[in-house]
Amino acid sequence: MSGNEGVTPQLELRGITKAYPGCLANDHIDLKIMPGEIHALLGENGAGKSTLVKIIYGVLQADEGDIIWAGAPVSIANPHSARKTGIGMVFQHFSLFEAMTVTENIALGMSGRQNMKALEQNIIEVSNSYGLPLEPNRQVHTLSVGEKQRIEIVRCLLQKPKLLIMDEPTSVLTPQEAEKMFETLRRLSEEGVSILYISHKLDEIKALCHKATILRGGKYISECDPTQETAKSLAEMMIGTNLQAPEHHETSKKGPIRLKVRNLSIDADVEFGINLSAINFDVRGGEILGIAGVAGNGQIELLAALSGETTCRDAETIALDDKAVGQLGPNSRRDLGLAFVPEDRLGHGSVPEMMLTENAFLSGFRRMSLLNGGFINNGGTSDYASDIVQKFDVRTPGIYHTANSLSGGNLQKFIVGREVLQQPNVIIVAHPTWGVDAGAAAFIHQTLIDLAENGAAVLVVSQDLDELFAISDRIAVIAEGRLSVGRELSEITIEEIGLLMGGTHGMGETEGVSDVA
Amino acid sequence: MSGFDWIVPVILTVITAATPLVFAGIGELVTEKSGVLNLGVEGMMLVGAVSGFITALVTGNYFLAVCAAAFAGAVMAFLFGVLTLSLMANQVATGLALTLFGVGLSALMGQEFVGEPISALNKLNIAGLSDLPFIGPILFAQDALVYLSFAMVAIVSWFLYKTKAGLVLRAVGDSHDAAHSIGYPVIAIRYLAVMFGGAMSGIGGAYLSLAYTPMWAENMTAGRGWIALALIVFATWKPGLVLVGAYMFGGITILQLHAQAAGLNVPSQVLSMLPYLATIIVLVLISKDESRIRKHAPACIGKIFHPAA
Repeated sequence: MSGNEGVTPQLELRGITKAYPGCLANDHIDLKIMPGEIHALLGENGAGKSTLVKIIYGVLQADEGDIIWAGAPVSIANPHSARKTGIGMVFQHFSLFEAMTVTENIALGMSGRQNMKALEQNIIEVSNSYGLPLEPNRQVHTLSVGEKQRIEIVRCLLQKPKLLIMDEPTSVLTPQEAEKMFETLRRLSEEGVSILYISHKLDEIKALCHKATILRGGKYISECDPTQETAKSLAEMMIGTNLQAPEHHETSKKGPIRLKVRNLSIDADVEFGINLSAINFDVRGGEILGIAGVAGNGQIELLAALSGETTCRDAETIALDDKAVGQLGPNSRRDLGLAFVPEDRLGHGSVPEMMLTENAFLSGFRRMSLLNGGFINNGGTSDYASDIVQKFDVRTPGIYHTANSLSGGNLQKFIVGREVLQQPNVIIVAHPTWGVDAGAAAFIHQTLIDLAENGAAVLVVSQDLDELFAISDRIAVIAEGRLSVGRELSEITIEEIGLLMGGTHGMGETEGVSDVA
Repeated sequence: MSGFDWIVPVILTVITAATPLVFAGIGELVTEKSGVLNLGVEGMMLVGAVSGFITALVTGNYFLAVCAAAFAGAVMAFLFGVLTLSLMANQVATGLALTLFGVGLSALMGQEFVGEPISALNKLNIAGLSDLPFIGPILFAQDALVYLSFAMVAIVSWFLYKTKAGLVLRAVGDSHDAAHSIGYPVIAIRYLAVMFGGAMSGIGGAYLSLAYTPMWAENMTAGRGWIALALIVFATWKPGLVLVGAYMFGGITILQLHAQAAGLNVPSQVLSMLPYLATIIVLVLISKDESRIRKHAPACIGKIFHPAA
């Protein structure tokens, strides 16, 4: 455990500096992690956390500064040597191979040769004992985000590291799964493994971590004991200003039903996809409906059916403002006032290699009338993109930069802003604040609440229950392609939702209902 | 048996027509599996063909000739690698340029050798077995390159799906960014894959100039490089199917000759269209099933890798 001041730190960083053209990502950062310590690394998106951990893992090389491992200076030339040293890392943007199986992916992340059969057995054992069930022979592209993250975690655990770097590991887990993983991490910590933990969930850091280092703008700000701080004080240290909780509207005026779904059943056309069965719900104007659920329970299929990427056999299945739209494609639905923020912001929500202006145009050209007889209205498009950047505080050098040059949080603000500015009647948002820092998350939440107050129907699909509780009026749970009845916030607790999410999901051995209740 | 006497010679010619396709196809398969699209197969084959021919003519040593062809193809591929992997030029444009360059270069190199005869690559003669009726001439009396082509398919299959190095190569083709972040040298791996592809194309070309028609003529590959490229799509990037496809496409080429000889009234142009037509049909069929494409087609094919943060 921490607090043994006489012991040599497992890892010590001294004066780590890394400059990119035009920005100093890390400016003389010091960090000390003791053996068995769970150390939080806190900071907004763009504070330099990712750069710092990539330097520790050998993906990047520091311009200046020393890395001291168990008392001796080391140089970590590449991830192979990091793994050999005893450092494992779970990436935020997964480093997975979509066309390969779980086992192959894990073998690729380990140095040296592996016996595939033995490895498979190992995966099953380790994944079950840590409550992260995995099927070794599944192809990765058939898995949900949450399941993909489990692969990354198991891949590290199999190598028995001395230092585990975790970049936002719980953002896609249920509360029960997260709690299970905390037990794992605490166990690893007791076994003497140091953990460098990056998360935006401040309550989680308070509950789990022994120490926290706070970065802001690439600089070391302070080190503190998170158990002695409040979530609010931690957040304020990160962003350097005072933070305001989202202002919730009192459930006063509910408008007419704007999004109606009746008996939506779709058979998955992909191997291992989830069949949707008889889904019914309404969202009224002025209302935020939250849909909770563990990744891979039909969220992807439901979102595709709502956005129009998958069409329904019967037009009456989905109605926007009483218009049957089940057979219409995405653009026709957008014409009727639907806006959509997909789960995957790079690749689905935006074209990574295209400029912000082009990305703005692609989703907004109809609602914002940016097309003149087949030609792009360039002036209008730049105005629209600048408007998004300005109103939604997107930090970018300019609207002519590509989408993939933005950090995750900033790109998410851009995508949400792009949809909100189209003044939708109905907006569907998947995982609105996944991997987004506290300041940006609060801003996105407030934006969605304001939109609802102005009469729009808002549907939020998320795995972050704190988020759903902060902004929703009603919450429903999706499990194995079925949606539970939406219940008012006052009538349901986090525990009940957790049970609905996990209970029916066939993870009996590891996710026992009994040990939760 | 007497009514089927024509079968053995037909099978023998199909084998000779298919072998260059097997070499070029299996080499390009490895290149594409690493995420690189090299459209210069035709050019690499021609340079391999002429290099092999000159070496055989000058030294009389066919082993050296095949090595020279492989080396020449690999050098061409290395050139392609420098342009596309190190200098990040567009792969499609560079590949087309490589073909045009190869056509010109091989013509220049072979100028003085057009029409010079050499003896064809020796057929193996295994006492006893080669004289067996029917299967003797087909299975036990081929030249070494035919056997090598089958061995290469087996080796590549084994390498790609049974070894860690093969897994890494496929991983680089599936997601170069993920491979990079785990710590694999993406560019170096692609160089090796591209050069292997070049060496195999070179040998495929040499088969034409040393065994199929033992002579050198300008442009003697006559579009086989393009058939090899189509073959990989036809085979949905599976080594075993490359072999099957090569024999089907090789068979069609032979069919052209025999159909004409037999007085069949099918225009030869229609028959030469068949491989491409078959490829298009396969493309349409596999495109209907997304998960099948994702399983075998390298996702990063033709994409430039920028090793940024």
